[in-house]
Amino acid sequence: MTIPNDIRITEDLIAAHGLKPDEYQRILDLIGREPSFTELGIFSAMWNEHCSYKSSKKWLRTLPTSGPQVIQGPGENAGVVDIGDGDCVVFKMESHNHPSYIEPYQGAATGVGGILRDVFTMGARPVAAMNALRFGEPDHAKTRHLVSGVVAGVGGYGNSFGVPTVGGEVEFDARYNGNCLVNAFAAGLAKTDAIFYSKAEGVGLPVVYLGAKTGRDGVGGATMASAEFDDSIEEKRPTVQVGDPFTEKCLLEACLELMQTGAVIAIQDMGAAGLTCSAVEMGAKGDLGIELDLDCVPVREERMSAYEMMLSESQERMLMVLRPEKEDEAKAIFVKWGLDFAIVGKTTDDLRFRIVHQGEEVANLPIKDLGDEAPEYDRPWMEPGRHAPLPASNVPEVEDYGAALLTLLGSANGASRRWVWEQYDTLIQGNSLQIPGGDAGVIRVDGHETKALAFSSDVTPRYVEADPYEGGKQAVAECWRNLTATGALPLAATDNLNFGNPEKPEIMGQLVKAIEGIGEACAALDMPIVSGNVSLYNETNGVAILPTPTIGGVGLIPDWGKMARIGTFSEGDVLILLGGDGTHLGQSVYLRDVLGEAYGPPPPVDLVIEKRNGEFLRSAISNGQIKACHDISDGGMIVAVAEMCMAAGVGADIDIGDGAVHAALFGEDQARYVVAVGSDLANWLTINAEGAGVPFRILGTAGGNALTAGANLSISLAEMKKAHESWFPDFMAGEFVESADAA
Amino acid sequence: MKAAVILLPGLNRDRDMIAALTKISGTPPVTVWQTDTAIPDVDLVVIPGGFSYGDYLRCGAIAARMPVLDAVRRKAAEGVRVMGVCNGFQILLEAGLLPGALMRNASLHFVCREVKLEVANADTAFTRGYSKGQVIRCPVAHHDGNYFADADTLKRLEDNGQVVFRYAEGTNPNGSMHDIAGIVNEAGNVLGMMPHPENLIEAAHGGDDGRALFESALDLAGVAG
Repeated sequence: MTIPNDIRITEDLIAAHGLKPDEYQRILDLIGREPSFTELGIFSAMWNEHCSYKSSKKWLRTLPTSGPQVIQGPGENAGVVDIGDGDCVVFKMESHNHPSYIEPYQGAATGVGGILRDVFTMGARPVAAMNALRFGEPDHAKTRHLVSGVVAGVGGYGNSFGVPTVGGEVEFDARYNGNCLVNAFAAGLAKTDAIFYSKAEGVGLPVVYLGAKTGRDGVGGATMASAEFDDSIEEKRPTVQVGDPFTEKCLLEACLELMQTGAVIAIQDMGAAGLTCSAVEMGAKGDLGIELDLDCVPVREERMSAYEMMLSESQERMLMVLRPEKEDEAKAIFVKWGLDFAIVGKTTDDLRFRIVHQGEEVANLPIKDLGDEAPEYDRPWMEPGRHAPLPASNVPEVEDYGAALLTLLGSANGASRRWVWEQYDTLIQGNSLQIPGGDAGVIRVDGHETKALAFSSDVTPRYVEADPYEGGKQAVAECWRNLTATGALPLAATDNLNFGNPEKPEIMGQLVKAIEGIGEACAALDMPIVSGNVSLYNETNGVAILPTPTIGGVGLIPDWGKMARIGTFSEGDVLILLGGDGTHLGQSVYLRDVLGEAYGPPPPVDLVIEKRNGEFLRSAISNGQIKACHDISDGGMIVAVAEMCMAAGVGADIDIGDGAVHAALFGEDQARYVVAVGSDLANWLTINAEGAGVPFRILGTAGGNALTAGANLSISLAEMKKAHESWFPDFMAGEFVESADAA
Repeated sequence: MKAAVILLPGLNRDRDMIAALTKISGTPPVTVWQTDTAIPDVDLVVIPGGFSYGDYLRCGAIAARMPVLDAVRRKAAEGVRVMGVCNGFQILLEAGLLPGALMRNASLHFVCREVKLEVANADTAFTRGYSKGQVIRCPVAHHDGNYFADADTLKRLEDNGQVVFRYAEGTNPNGSMHDIAGIVNEAGNVLGMMPHPENLIEAAHGGDDGRALFESALDLAGVAG
């Protein structure tokens, strides 16, 4: 019995594929006839927002993407950056927001799986992962369920695959109530002369299917990810894929082994829109046609139609163009690892994408046009409004600054994320030098005596909401700062742009201005964007998420013996503030979490000052003068010092200066750090800071077991630790009650 | 002394283990694949950690039934030292080379953190480099490390001094009975432990408390008798 591939194309069917009437007309004009059902599915997969970047492309082109260190910028599976000695780091960040909201465990797990595959497809062994997670407000009915499922899913996949999770973010805000964010980052190491690309070469060569079998899971996933949610999301559960980290681990080993044999001409993982996207990508890049015979595709379900096979998002699959003479050798490797290896088609010279199923041609499309002719929109956008300046004197002070500090240390967004990251394997591979809890995750470069890589993922969505341009700059600057705080030289970044519905001019305005800010900061700080992902339509029932352009940065530490950490200081060491005293309270967590307000502009980012302060710090770290360092971000100087003290297990007695108390303590002015130095070096460092034009002030001395700031506050380490460490476990245990001791 | 590392699909701390053995002994271990039916002439056989076969049945259950495990059993019977870490420990239990079982952590969560281990018996081939009662640091990273055995088995383990490592100072991360972190068989030549000594052997790891275990098992200079 044959499997029916003919389904009548109706207006409803076209709309159900997320294609607008004018987009459908474009298809008719392009192929000169009505598409078959399979072809409609292929167009819908290639032309949705997720795969085509149709709303964002115009603006993404403005980002700086090159530099002497960049080997491969955006457009491949992942970006590639030179780290010297013939080694390179391959990395990317990608969202899995919609699937994770529908099915948190599998959604998050396959997000991790997808990004790992992007990295090892290029010939790199994954060496580090991060996850930027954003959830609704803690007391929203779904939040605990999502946190629990997403964290278990991230850990379940990454731990089993065997990559250390060295960093990330977890944030709560009511604006994510109906739409959580799961942004997964992975980085791998490869040799610069052994990087693999997706561009097919050579006519008549075998197209090989590798990995797991194809099922019906995830059919239509990419289209789903390009639509807003409403109350019927439960019905979308079947569009979420199911992950199998064991198969992925085997696929990693098999692919790396295969790549060493010289058999691989081109390779592409099957991610969004599976077989369709991967085959089109390989052919179109290589100016070749591709012919696939679906009867040869390994399947795990019966009677799958051509449409289902072409749109399946079953995980742990790859497509490859193979040197024919190496077929036996290649196959033996996959058999050894228990994986499927099937020749499913060939490259052709006619630039057609031809699909045959049960002996019948079910699709025959121009392969280049599928990508190149995808619609591209210059969507109308609205210049976001700006906030009037907010002097600190207009922000109320509080009676008890000690209580305010404890509130921040123990708040949903300020509390320790230990509960989360202890569920991730942070140590596997034996190269982890800094695990979560510091400014950046750091791993040493295997096989090199002194080199290490630092990773950080950052964005402050409330800043972006208040001022998309400054917020976009700040996301890059903070990432750069976190890398710098370990002593790393930031090399490049990946961006994961999460926004609402771009068809709304105010949302489009956020996207446009945030990209402008990101681009400006990346250019000024020499941190080009080498890969990325855009996730739009993050809205439920018309409410958009906070604009969240997550930046994942990578930096190089030449000698990890001199790297800085946040807590490596002791009694008698001197704490020095670099970058000036706090003055700015607009959009601060002091406003939000202590006063329960949100107003004013976010702190402006002066990129010249950012660079100057950071470069000074980096040179001091590389000279071995800095014992410990922490950047100043949410919660200002006092939260930074408190976190350092908790990490070191030693208190400090500091002087907050002559400015307004609340601004000095909690101001979130940018380009600032707290450093700890030996008392013998304090004067030397400040003289150098003065010479470099970097504002500095000696805060005080480490010692005792309390953090004291004159008469303003004095809190024991034990009290701070209790507030900081207990929120997350208490919340997840379900015993959380609204804190009554907020100032 | 020569060492062999057993490789099974899904194990993922094999590279960590190979690196540790190489750095400590100066010689890379030989590797033995899942379908191999014999293990070369070595003095130490190690089954590293990970998720063999995805741990899709009980942890270690599929691995325990692979051909290479028969070879491990033969080596153990010959008195060759055999050591299983994490998934390796689970496999040795499933293979019947050690008594008891490892259940899901009491927290029901995967846990990766540093714990303290008390060396409960320093009189084994694996622990001679430590002193009895010594407390060392060691990381754990597992989902199923909650050691369980019936009362008789526990009594026998305790009476025979087969408990070699115990979680100390309140750091039991998984709910294991008697704080058991590692045990040996009656003959003392088979060790199973949940913590990862291979991840704490050098300055980059922030300490080298795990080193003495390998030095003992490999009879390296500096280890007493």
